[in-house]
Amino acid sequence: MNFLKKTVDRLEPTFSEGGKLSKLHSVFDGFKTFMFVPNTTSKSGVNIHDAIDSKRLMITVVIALIPALLFGMWNVGYQHFMAIGTEAGFWQQFWFGFLAVLPKLLVSYIVGLTIEFIGAQIKKEEIQEGFLVSGILIPMIVPVDTPLWMLGLATAFAVIFAKEVFGGTGYNIFNVALVTRAFLFFAYPTSMSGDKVWVRTRDAFWWGAGENVDGFTGATPLGQLATSNSADPIFHNILNQAIGFKEAFLGLIPGSIGETSTLAILIGALLLIITGVASWKTMLSVFIGGALTAFAFNQWGPDTAIANLPWYEHLVLGGFAFGAVFMATDPVTSARTETGKWIYGLLIGMMAIVVRVLNPGYPEGMMLAILLMNIFGCLIDYFVVQSNIKKRMKRISNK
Amino acid sequence: METLKVKKGLNIAISGNATHETVSARKPQTVAMVPDDFHGLTPKVAVKEGDAVKVGSVLFFDKKHPELKVTSPVSGTVAEVKRGDRRKLLYISVNVAEEQTYDPFETGNQTPENIRNVVFGSGFGAFIMQRPYGVVANPEVTPNNIFVSAFDTAPLAADYNYVLAGKEVDVQTGLSALAKLTNGKVYYTVNKETNAALRNMKNVEVNEMNGPHPAGLVGTQINALCPINKGDVVWTMNIQDVALLGKFIRTGKIDFTKTIAVVGPEAKAPKYINTIIGAPVADIVNGNLINDKKLRIINGNVLTGEACAEGAFQNPLKNEITVIAEGDTADEMFGWIAPRFNMFSNSNLFTAKLARCLNKNKTFKFDARILGGERAFIASNEIEKVFPLDIMPEQLVKAMIAKNLDKMEQLGAYEIIPEDFALCEYVCTSKIEIQHIVRESLDYMRNELE
Repeated sequence: MNFLKKTVDRLEPTFSEGGKLSKLHSVFDGFKTFMFVPNTTSKSGVNIHDAIDSKRLMITVVIALIPALLFGMWNVGYQHFMAIGTEAGFWQQFWFGFLAVLPKLLVSYIVGLTIEFIGAQIKKEEIQEGFLVSGILIPMIVPVDTPLWMLGLATAFAVIFAKEVFGGTGYNIFNVALVTRAFLFFAYPTSMSGDKVWVRTRDAFWWGAGENVDGFTGATPLGQLATSNSADPIFHNILNQAIGFKEAFLGLIPGSIGETSTLAILIGALLLIITGVASWKTMLSVFIGGALTAFAFNQWGPDTAIANLPWYEHLVLGGFAFGAVFMATDPVTSARTETGKWIYGLLIGMMAIVVRVLNPGYPEGMMLAILLMNIFGCLIDYFVVQSNIKKRMKRISNK
Repeated sequence: METLKVKKGLNIAISGNATHETVSARKPQTVAMVPDDFHGLTPKVAVKEGDAVKVGSVLFFDKKHPELKVTSPVSGTVAEVKRGDRRKLLYISVNVAEEQTYDPFETGNQTPENIRNVVFGSGFGAFIMQRPYGVVANPEVTPNNIFVSAFDTAPLAADYNYVLAGKEVDVQTGLSALAKLTNGKVYYTVNKETNAALRNMKNVEVNEMNGPHPAGLVGTQINALCPINKGDVVWTMNIQDVALLGKFIRTGKIDFTKTIAVVGPEAKAPKYINTIIGAPVADIVNGNLINDKKLRIINGNVLTGEACAEGAFQNPLKNEITVIAEGDTADEMFGWIAPRFNMFSNSNLFTAKLARCLNKNKTFKFDARILGGERAFIASNEIEKVFPLDIMPEQLVKAMIAKNLDKMEQLGAYEIIPEDFALCEYVCTSKIEIQHIVRESLDYMRNELE
């Protein structure tokens, strides 16, 4: 420890203003604060501070994402070996998925953090932790076969135009990870939807190549339901065997890497709620909004497969749970008042199901619902704040 | 009498609470009054170096309202009229004479006019805080109401049950005098720990308020009992100052001797000290410091007090001196993931709350580190959890950052002063200097609107 501290102290002048490597000051500062809690003491206001800081806050979200990420890796391998009809053990499946997902993680972090470091250097600010979370979210919400260069391009676009131009972490209007996904979705729709991208059928790092078995179909359950000709809400796995709520809840279905297992997502949700990092109100209200809307479609909706899909299955398919737990609760882009959070969540849940059911072009509506409500978050808050203001005005007129 | 309960708030578990033991401080050689301690007062010097002063002689007064005076707490000779950059008055110090002599005041006449003249003439007026804006009271205004809190919930705050034991008559006399300064009421708020002698006051409306800090702040009590509207003026006064005022009214003699709690994790024996206000801090903490590391001595409590520079004087408006470690050489590693069992936090990202569930009396050592980097507002419903006023703190602070006067007014800026936001600043993940923002904005509002 002493050695680390001495090394950091020795290197500090080199990276400070006027030093040889002052252009890398923000990088150095980032690593220094990563190793040591800053020793700066308060100059005004309170003399003591709570131990919480944004690093710990963001890391907790990353930890909460780990179960879904690990399950997603395993599921990539599981779907792969099922598709090529090869028996594979648990570790083989996981290892394959790990190799398939790792490059995406690296691309996302390297592209995003590089831009963040450059931004911090230009603005002469400290490096901010927001991208720690965005960087892990991005690979988790794309199909496994989205090309890496597209992912890198979309990440760069989102970090620059959805975040840095607004002023950085804490100032963005839209969720950065979702903007990445939206960019990919609209710029390269064939690499983001359909039935070719959800299951890795080719190799990962020259390993595990094989031929698809007969009867393989790579569409997600929601994709199947959206294009179904019958009105029966039945969906299949990739080998065309009928599956149901249990498989969907556990996550044994094709889909974006991190979104499939509602169980793993709920484990993360539990951690976020216990630590108080994310709002349980937002999460719960998204689920309530989705359930009510899906139930309404079950009762009075059009006679199509997706409208007939039982409300509880809506909640475990696609990105619904992932969006509710990790995207809708992003405190920066969400409504910030407590009353506002209920309304915000309800509307996200409702919009997501409405898009799913009524728009055959988009099998999944969660991304669009959250991005839409990102815009309205401020408006919802405005009305909540206005009610506080009105109360104050009334006090004067009552006198 | 109403009994109110405060739910939102936080008691910070810091170690070093004062034991019920009072000793007298070393007799100070010099005592000084610092204009900065009386926010909103623009000082005009009334004495020269070498002048002889008595207890109650004017040292400086407010340029705009000459009736608002700050007087000498001791008799002796003016030692120094210290000025800083741009001739700003830093302090006026007085060498303490052996024999104390007193300026005479006629306190027997209990008419409202005379009480007002006596209160402001003696210098006690500068101890009255005015809302809106959190400045010293304007003597030309008659306040709508006056608020006094009989208890303090701030971390390691002085226990007024103990400090004021035997001085209940003074408190009553002071409260009765305050009642003559307003057309409205004097609201006097106690909590369930307040003893009967301190609770049974006349000429005031007594209410009870229980709960964690900031239940003891007048700001919380005003907001719950009789919130300030646009155009209202409310005065507040600390109860120990009320007692000093009462004693003065009762005896006609000014005695600015206060009981100060010397507390904190780095105080050797946290206890109470009798001292004259404005005495050198070094005299008060003398011999009571754990001197094995760099210390921060704070005039006041850890939330609203100011770190003392070398040679600082006790702040007359405060009742504590808190000693903590500076901590600027702590070099704590991997703070973002290490469990850090020794750290206190209002969040569940640390084990402190759990530890406090298991052991109610567990306390933590604090140092002055910010423990993070400053960011934009990220976490939501964080400062709201410790802010019991019917005001939206984040939105108000944002309006203040944007200098939006209309929004500040609409969101309740007339009702608050910086200390109401101290807990918000403490818990803020983004380490935003909220009290500083509030202070600047209130000054800006006052400049623009008054």
